Amino acid sequence: MSTTVYVSADASALAVGADRVARAIAGYASRHGTDVRIVRNGLRGMFWLEPLVEVATPAGRIAYGPVLEKDVEGLFAAGFLNGGAHERRVGNVEGIGYFAKQERLTFARVGLTDPLSLDDYRAHGGLAGLSRALELGSADIVKIVTDSGLRGRGGAAFPAGIKWNTALGAQSSQKYIVCNADEGDSGTFSDRMLMEGDPFVLIEGMIIAGLAVGATQGYIYLRCEYPHAHKALAAALATAYVNNVLGNDVLGSGKRFDLEVRLGAGAYICGEETSLLDSLEGKRGQVRAKPPLPAICGLFGQPTIINNVITLASVPIILDRGAEYYRDFGMGRSRGTLPLQLAGNIKHGGLVEKAFGLTLRELLYDYGGGSATGRPIRAVQVGGPLGAYLPESQFDTPIDYEAFAAIKEMLGHGGIVAFDDTVDMAQQARFAMEFCAIESCGKCTPCRIGSTRGVEVIDRIIGDHSRATNTTLLRDLCDTMVNGSLCALGGLTPYPVLSALEHFPEDFSKEAPLPLSAVGGG
Amino acid sequence: MRKTAERIPLKVEVPGATLPADQKRAVQAALDANRGAAGALLPILHAVQDALGYVPAGTVPVIAHDLNLSRAEVHGMLSFYHYFRTQPSGRHVVYLCRAEACQSMGARDLEAKVKQQLGIDFHETTADGAFTLEPVYCLGNCACAPSVMVDKTLHGRVDAERFAALLVEAQEASK
Repeated sequence: MSTTVYVSADASALAVGADRVARAIAGYASRHGTDVRIVRNGLRGMFWLEPLVEVATPAGRIAYGPVLEKDVEGLFAAGFLNGGAHERRVGNVEGIGYFAKQERLTFARVGLTDPLSLDDYRAHGGLAGLSRALELGSADIVKIVTDSGLRGRGGAAFPAGIKWNTALGAQSSQKYIVCNADEGDSGTFSDRMLMEGDPFVLIEGMIIAGLAVGATQGYIYLRCEYPHAHKALAAALATAYVNNVLGNDVLGSGKRFDLEVRLGAGAYICGEETSLLDSLEGKRGQVRAKPPLPAICGLFGQPTIINNVITLASVPIILDRGAEYYRDFGMGRSRGTLPLQLAGNIKHGGLVEKAFGLTLRELLYDYGGGSATGRPIRAVQVGGPLGAYLPESQFDTPIDYEAFAAIKEMLGHGGIVAFDDTVDMAQQARFAMEFCAIESCGKCTPCRIGSTRGVEVIDRIIGDHSRATNTTLLRDLCDTMVNGSLCALGGLTPYPVLSALEHFPEDFSKEAPLPLSAVGGG
Repeated sequence: MRKTAERIPLKVEVPGATLPADQKRAVQAALDANRGAAGALLPILHAVQDALGYVPAGTVPVIAHDLNLSRAEVHGMLSFYHYFRTQPSGRHVVYLCRAEACQSMGARDLEAKVKQQLGIDFHETTADGAFTLEPVYCLGNCACAPSVMVDKTLHGRVDAERFAALLVEAQEASK
């Protein structure tokens, strides 16, 4: 009888050698006449165990990790196909605390199933949400999404149901569903993991959105830095068309929905929804002034729902299990679950999908296990390059949109980047301005010019040129950028800068590095 | 009496008439495959770069003419998006992540060593034409930092030693 072995084909697993491990297992098995079926699943989300190898046994899926190519022979010798003991054995994967304590709704299938098998998808509850949606009218679908309390997971946290209702009410012969898969924030990878690990759930979510507002065309705008996700989506789309999930006759209902993937071209600003729409239209990705809202006048001037990957991928389970089921997770006005991403200098980096409400400290230490280097965690940046740097005194903040807003911070897309005590916060502040200068679309002056001036002013502070005056100037510049920028790039870049200045002032008053002229003796 | 001004015949240039054959083929294929699509310019530029490794300046008027756009509009796209290049790259493009998660695991230090090892700065190509070095801001591999992508292959937990090995692997793979 054949034994099923799972080795992830997710980009992060491949990046640490999963392909070589899978080849070694297949090679050994064929040389020894052992019947092994290798399934390339998505990622479980425990990156420190990658490459992770799972074996289907009567006692569940027994995992070994991290497995290197050279470990494979030893694994066979230890009888890993029957769950045998080995130093790399970590036991039943669903029993590992990190995984077991999570509440996986959106990521329920990621790592569990074969991402490109539609049969596997159906067998694990896939398409149930869409089937339910096909029985309902547009307004009923929108009501369920509204009642679930789902808010945009891209960063702005705008209630999805309100956006959908606006698009539903707009009159037009052509409406669009656009998925923002331009996941550019450092420290985030949940969109990528989902698109590679369970692409059908995103497709299903977008079809439901189409049914909800009467849109028949969808686009996934994917960043070109994700070639593996591109491949996975292309394969899933082809399968979905062949099986009448997409096309003229969605699941035999006679309803139409077409979907296409479009690649971005390395512009961070295209994660901003209006510049993404301009980019999709074949233009420079420049931010549009709002209003009009995209829900009324979006892609090609038509009513458009634009939502993040995780938002759209959360819709199928809401339709399947009902609004109340989803709403019962979470706290306050932050309902449901948030796939958090632990990244950077952290021992146990990975994906943690949990209901809102746990604290940053729990995430960093109970899940993350402290820093990777073993040194104290000095600062944490939540929400990508536009997120504030938080000191240890703020680690007890609960993961909740309003609690974060109260400390002038934002959850953004749920990425958490930890830094140990070797970090130089003045350099981090400088980088925030530098990044803004590189990625600014150039439409508004505070962002385009302010960011470049910001780098210069911080350089003067670091170099001890009129420190007090330049610090005042920097605060003044930040004030202009916050209040005068057209979008969040210029408007939020001051957050990491000011928080670094606020919480880590000692890094801005260190002895200045010697100028070149002093060293050269000229 | 005033002399009638001599009429200068209007010179009509067919865009792309002087384009090398491979470029002509690539740009035609890109146009034919995407012309009808809404917002076709972005996929067309991708297709040209996929085929040729860059978008040659000479293809700009051809694309503009075909899509009824101004050359400025096409040029504006090329200059806006970091990914598009208008000059050929080396045989391999090395994308080094400079973003915060990688910084927290030593990417600043790695960046300095990589530049020294290759003897080039960002956006430059080594003298032997083997490698072009480009910065990138996040490869979505932030729990296995620092990250490097060589062509379309992602690598995690990269240090200077591992980076040197990646260069050798890439050279061997292209032999």
